[in-house]
Amino acid sequence: MPTSDQSLAIGYNYHDQTDTLQKVGLTIFTLGLLLLFLPSLPVSSVLGQGLFWSGIGLSLLGLVLYLIQTYQKSHPGVRNNGVWLRGSTSRGNIAWVTAVGLTGFYIILYWFPFLIEPQIRALDSFSQWLRNKPADHWLLYGTFYTIAILIMGLRALLKYRHSPYQIIRTLSVMFFQLGLAYLIPYTLQKLNEPEFYFSYFWPLKYDYLFPGTVGYLVNEPGALGVFMVFWSAVISLVGVPILTYFFGKRWYCSWVCGCGGLAETAGDPYRQLSDKSRAAWQWEVAIIYPVLGFIVITTLLLWINSFMSGGLLGSLSDGFAQTYGFFVGSIFSGVIGVGFYPIMGSRVWCRFGCPMAAYLGLLQKHFSRFRITTNGGQCISCGNCSTYCEMGIDVRWYAQQGQPIIRSSCVGCGMCATVCPRGVLNLENGPREGRYQPTTLISPENLRILS
Amino acid sequence: MRVIIIGNGVTGVTAATTIRKLDPTAHITIISAESEHFFSRTALMYLYMGHMQYRHIKPYEDWFWPERNINLLHAAVQSVDFNAKQVILENHTRIDYDKLLLATGSLPRTLGIPGENLAGVQGFYSLHDLAQLEQYSANIPRAVIVGGGLIGIELAEMFYTRCIPVTFLVREPYYWGNILPEAEGTLIQEHIRAHGIDLRLNTTVSEITGDAEGRVKSIITNKGEEIAANLVGVAVGVKPNVSFLENSDLKINRGVLVNQYLETNLPDVYAAGDCAEILPEPENKPVVEQLWYTGRMQGETVAHSICNRRTVYNRGIWFNSAKFFDIEYQTYGQVPAVPAPETDSLLWQHPKEKKLVRINYHQPSGKVLGFNLLGIRYRHEVCEKWLKEEKPISYVLKHLREANFDPEFYRRHEKEIIRTFSRQLSAVLS
Repeated sequence: MPTSDQSLAIGYNYHDQTDTLQKVGLTIFTLGLLLLFLPSLPVSSVLGQGLFWSGIGLSLLGLVLYLIQTYQKSHPGVRNNGVWLRGSTSRGNIAWVTAVGLTGFYIILYWFPFLIEPQIRALDSFSQWLRNKPADHWLLYGTFYTIAILIMGLRALLKYRHSPYQIIRTLSVMFFQLGLAYLIPYTLQKLNEPEFYFSYFWPLKYDYLFPGTVGYLVNEPGALGVFMVFWSAVISLVGVPILTYFFGKRWYCSWVCGCGGLAETAGDPYRQLSDKSRAAWQWEVAIIYPVLGFIVITTLLLWINSFMSGGLLGSLSDGFAQTYGFFVGSIFSGVIGVGFYPIMGSRVWCRFGCPMAAYLGLLQKHFSRFRITTNGGQCISCGNCSTYCEMGIDVRWYAQQGQPIIRSSCVGCGMCATVCPRGVLNLENGPREGRYQPTTLISPENLRILS
Repeated sequence: MRVIIIGNGVTGVTAATTIRKLDPTAHITIISAESEHFFSRTALMYLYMGHMQYRHIKPYEDWFWPERNINLLHAAVQSVDFNAKQVILENHTRIDYDKLLLATGSLPRTLGIPGENLAGVQGFYSLHDLAQLEQYSANIPRAVIVGGGLIGIELAEMFYTRCIPVTFLVREPYYWGNILPEAEGTLIQEHIRAHGIDLRLNTTVSEITGDAEGRVKSIITNKGEEIAANLVGVAVGVKPNVSFLENSDLKINRGVLVNQYLETNLPDVYAAGDCAEILPEPENKPVVEQLWYTGRMQGETVAHSICNRRTVYNRGIWFNSAKFFDIEYQTYGQVPAVPAPETDSLLWQHPKEKKLVRINYHQPSGKVLGFNLLGIRYRHEVCEKWLKEEKPISYVLKHLREANFDPEFYRRHEKEIIRTFSRQLSAVLS
């Protein structure tokens, strides 16, 4: 909480004009959410299923109504009005309630899924239809996750409707989540094929290149398993460098990835909460690269172990997957990564923990045509770019000196360029030569901030 | 060398960081009455609108100053003893200097009409103005803005985001009529009106009336109409903040008079930014420049002069930018409201969207003179190069694509623009 450094504006007289239709939308949304809890009461399974699906339907209907009415009232353009004056988006009471709620959901999901057994059972018929299997808590999670990206994607489409870049990018994350991270893996299950996520790669989906997974897939009947191994290896080791060379890290982090997809849609109201300080950057570097190193070394060791028929590590693979999965997969990317959206911003996991982001970032920094160009001497140092950078990059530091922004953490969401009131910033792919060249129209502050 | 800089705006701070680069051992102190740290004045509107908090508009984190060994003094200066080379603070402390930079910025200009001192009549320039605006705009049924320039429209947008109805008085026959050509002004004022702002053209205020508590109650326009409002935003420009320097040997006209090296008439005393009035050459008119960009450039220049590397202030090819609600504006070179003699103008406007491109050129020679852009971004470097090299308009049209700086996937309009311009050009030639 920035208690010692409040905005002069905070808490004076900000008021939104919320009209009747918006209020009706919010009411329906809340009623829908309440219905989701009702299957936990001692009711028949048919009734429970009805209540659950009505809850999903009503909450979506209410939210759509609210969002459309909210955004159609304003002209297309940057609308961050009141973001730092409203508690919900500036770490106020509502933000804390939301954070505790989200975190609680993750804790129940990971460690106490029996508490939501009635809700899971309500998904059984759907699960049978989708993948010929009864529902489990991961199906419930995947369904909620996908719905969140789709509905909040709609919000992003409405909010950023003046920006073709944001529209196309948002459609992209919605498409990849719904198709490659939801429908296709479950359809594969229905066809008795391995559940496989074509939009997740090593080292984020670290086990896709572990000997255990590879062996399992290759031994699957039919050619699909072999193709999956081929796909994983080729994209991770060849596709990633090539695509990052041409487009920067963004092709994955803010266009394809599911974690990024949630951050860009459901996390969009919280993007301004990322920590922009130099200290946060030091933490970032100190955490993310060791995570990547850990994954790389472990993968190598496991392969050596596999070639030595277990002579090196024995059955460490299982133990590793469990430990790493618990600390990094569950706690870091789930509980902190998403649960703390309303407090720490939407990209905590991507910024501090994701080994894929670290790998892509190294490529982006040293081997890419991507940069964010600053337009000559036009920067007025206002700070909108830095404030709305979800990765906590102090974009202004570079812009006010006329330097191109080439940071390994930049996911290329384009929001700095979208919110800049002077049109100073532009995401560009161009020749690598002179990529770091600052403009001659301002003299730069020569001292570097992180040496 | 002990350098004192009065004023921690963009001019003073740019001067300080530049001096630090040129002279690693200089003892630099920046004095400001307004704030402890440098903040972006252009971003004040975003605090009121809730886009940012105060900490976000500080361009440097607080560690920056001790690490650069730049002392910050949050205090008010009462006067300067130029003979003793001392700055005198309001608490009567005297601070010695070897070199002094005056970068005191501006004050909002006043109207000079009855009722101007009522509570709720104010300009919008400083942190203090922002705090006052918060106080006086709470729960008011209407605000009036006087003055159709950049601050006027900023105030209009600010009130709009707080759901406060606005009446916006503009003296000129169209918005920003003393700077913009009519097509640009008209396009912007349509956009202003589309936000439900009550825009009154050819209108000024002649009197402000108050209630028993001394607060604004209404204004009376030059047309005799009374408009009820509890806040009057005065946005009729700024004037150099130099009154505390009067009655000394320092030569002051509108601002502190400086030569092209930004030196005042007194030894080791310099002035730059909004508060300086530059006498470039004897035959030219003195100028006061009050932009963020010119402040930054003057700060850099004066730092060189202070560090014994006398440098002539040269602002180069003119440029400026702004945003009118959602319409971005950029200008490069000279595009005056009324075209200068022997100037022709090519104008393209999007049939539906709020986009406009104007290119001025010298009619006999064809060399390009300036660009005005609304809703389309051009590259600063490219425009600057064309203007500096006096490229002919035919060259500019041929290479127009290179100038575009719009984001990826934005619809490009070069084809229509070039077609329109070619038609206009051939009409001129035939």
